[in-house]
Amino acid sequence: MSQLMPALEPYIRQRRAQREAHGQAPILLMSHLVLGYPSLAVNQETIAAMAAAGVELVELQIPFSEPIADGPVIAQANQLALDQGFRVEEGLEFAAACVQRHPEVAFLLMTYSNILMAYGVERFIERAAQMGIRGLIVPDWPPQEAGQPMALCQAQTALDWIQLFTPTSTDVRLQTIGRWARGFCYCVARKGVTGGRTDFDADLRHFLQRCRQVTDKPLAVGFGVRTSADVQTLTPLAEIAVVGTAALEIQRTAGAVAVGAFFQKLRG
Amino acid sequence: MSNGYFGEFGGAFIPEILHETFQRLTRAYTEARQDPEFWASYVRLMENYSGRPTPLTYAENLSRRYQRRIYIKREDLNQTGAHKANNVMGQGLLMQRMGKRRVIAETGAGQHGMATATMAARMGFECVIYMGAQDVERQRSNVFWMERLGATVVPVTSGAQTLKDAVNEALRDWVGSMDATHYLLGTACGAHPFPEMVSWFQSIIGLEARQQILTAEGRLPTHVYACVGGGSNAMGIFQGFLDDLPVQLIGVEAGGAGLATGRHAARLASGSSAIGVAQGYKTFFLQNADGQMLDTHSVAAGLDYVGVSPILAHLHTTGRVRFAAATDVEVVAALQELMQAEGLIPALESSHAVAQALKELPELPSDAVVIINLSGRGDKDIFTIADALDDPGWRRFIRRKAESYSQCEKE
Ligand SMILES: Cc1ncc(COP(=O)(O)O)c(C=O)c1O
Repeated sequence: MSQLMPALEPYIRQRRAQREAHGQAPILLMSHLVLGYPSLAVNQETIAAMAAAGVELVELQIPFSEPIADGPVIAQANQLALDQGFRVEEGLEFAAACVQRHPEVAFLLMTYSNILMAYGVERFIERAAQMGIRGLIVPDWPPQEAGQPMALCQAQTALDWIQLFTPTSTDVRLQTIGRWARGFCYCVARKGVTGGRTDFDADLRHFLQRCRQVTDKPLAVGFGVRTSADVQTLTPLAEIAVVGTAALEIQRTAGAVAVGAFFQKLRG
Repeated sequence: MSNGYFGEFGGAFIPEILHETFQRLTRAYTEARQDPEFWASYVRLMENYSGRPTPLTYAENLSRRYQRRIYIKREDLNQTGAHKANNVMGQGLLMQRMGKRRVIAETGAGQHGMATATMAARMGFECVIYMGAQDVERQRSNVFWMERLGATVVPVTSGAQTLKDAVNEALRDWVGSMDATHYLLGTACGAHPFPEMVSWFQSIIGLEARQQILTAEGRLPTHVYACVGGGSNAMGIFQGFLDDLPVQLIGVEAGGAGLATGRHAARLASGSSAIGVAQGYKTFFLQNADGQMLDTHSVAAGLDYVGVSPILAHLHTTGRVRFAAATDVEVVAALQELMQAEGLIPALESSHAVAQALKELPELPSDAVVIINLSGRGDKDIFTIADALDDPGWRRFIRRKAESYSQCEKE
């Protein structure tokens, strides 16, 4: 499978070019969901709805008991999945099935460092690459600590270790991170954990300009993207809009089909 | 000072958004540590505000009973009744240096939260304490004092609603508030520089104890016992003797219902933990095969924690510190024995160190000189200790009190 798929960066450029050729806003959508919340069966429906709505990238979060970078909504989803007996092995099998079922979508795994360590970092990365996962996002594993997993990903042809840019990063720090960037860069739109409000204002523009200066990789903007107005604002500024908490809330209150409709409307 | 690693333990596994905050904190701490006036001002403050140096009390009756010389380092005599005051006042001074005006902290039983609230009151900081919702229910008296001291107590309803979840919630606050806020971590855990910085402030215990035992005995102790939650009081006293290799250092973890039951918090002594990363640092965690943290148990809320100081994890691996566990039952018996023999009321946490020492004393050489670190006093935990001792008079009192309140409310 993985041999057939381009790595993330060419995939992103291709998909943007296709949208532009059809006269559509080129910005791509990346959605996020917590595996096992509320159940893998509902996850499967939700992913199908997202794929049908044209979502190009999906972040699958493997639950962890100490999700320090997540806000209350996603943290609670992590805990509920674990309370229902979620196991990492079934999560990985589920992810592998997703890749098979939706070859047009790029799947990434998001989780915390201890999940990789407990599984065996090398084994985890090999397994992810083999099943056709295109990227890993591990928010509590900053690059200066992550030499081993970054090198292991680099040895794979189509699995990227995703770097995070944040508004509190100095220019020097952005440059350092930029040098490690592969696939795309995840720009955290504001201070705080997932789930809060973000002002898509001049500060954000300035931050994204600073990011552009240190990397030629595509930029994904996440944290607080909720509406088609947000996505429209981001269209000239970034390659990818990341929608996490908003979709989770809709799934929870209105179900998987509503999630599909939500994504359908996001790009106008 | 270190690069944040102690052997393979420690590090800083933090969200990128906090990178600069940790850089700034590390710089402020490093500068303070290189400035002799900073430490001098810390010692003056602790003398004036917290009654330091705390005595090294000769336990005359226990010494007679066990035929060994036994000393007790009296951290229970600190402001708010525990060694927590040392760390809190030290970081308070550092906050002044950094110009921060708001302090946040996690607390389990409420000891560290209460110490932080007194510091914030004295230094004029806004103070928010994160406490597991279950702990808020169980530890009303500490919540009462924190609120009266002017702090806001936020019950944490995420995760297991205990200490580790309060740490996560404090981190979440900090991720959004770091410009004006300091996160005052209560023990020698967390991401660099916390383990090292907290240990530095607590080293005042060991510095004093070393001097005091040399004055009293003309020689070093043979054995030093301290209880280990996150590891700050143990690091504090052990640092006085780390380079004196003949001095045996014993860290005592919570054996809970017994190691065989799985209901304990003995990360090192049980041998059933694994190396991993959570809450920003690498150490031995009690976790399952998937890497999910397990529920822990102890009669002492302050020891009821899944991780342990990376510095102690390293000292465990090198063999410099030996780790043991005392069960809830042993701890309650030791608490009674110390009270009745010496008139001291130890905290349940500290009673773990007492329990292990009492277990080992009969086997020690007859010329042994033992120091037990009494990290805190127990009288402020009267609700918990009365329950642990299953005191019938206390239970009658509470029942009558509850009845009188319901009466008032009806009228
Ligand atoms: C009296 C007392 N001793 C010990 C501890 C355990 O913490 P540490 O291992 O950091 O000393 C606590 C924690 O609340 C405490 O209150």
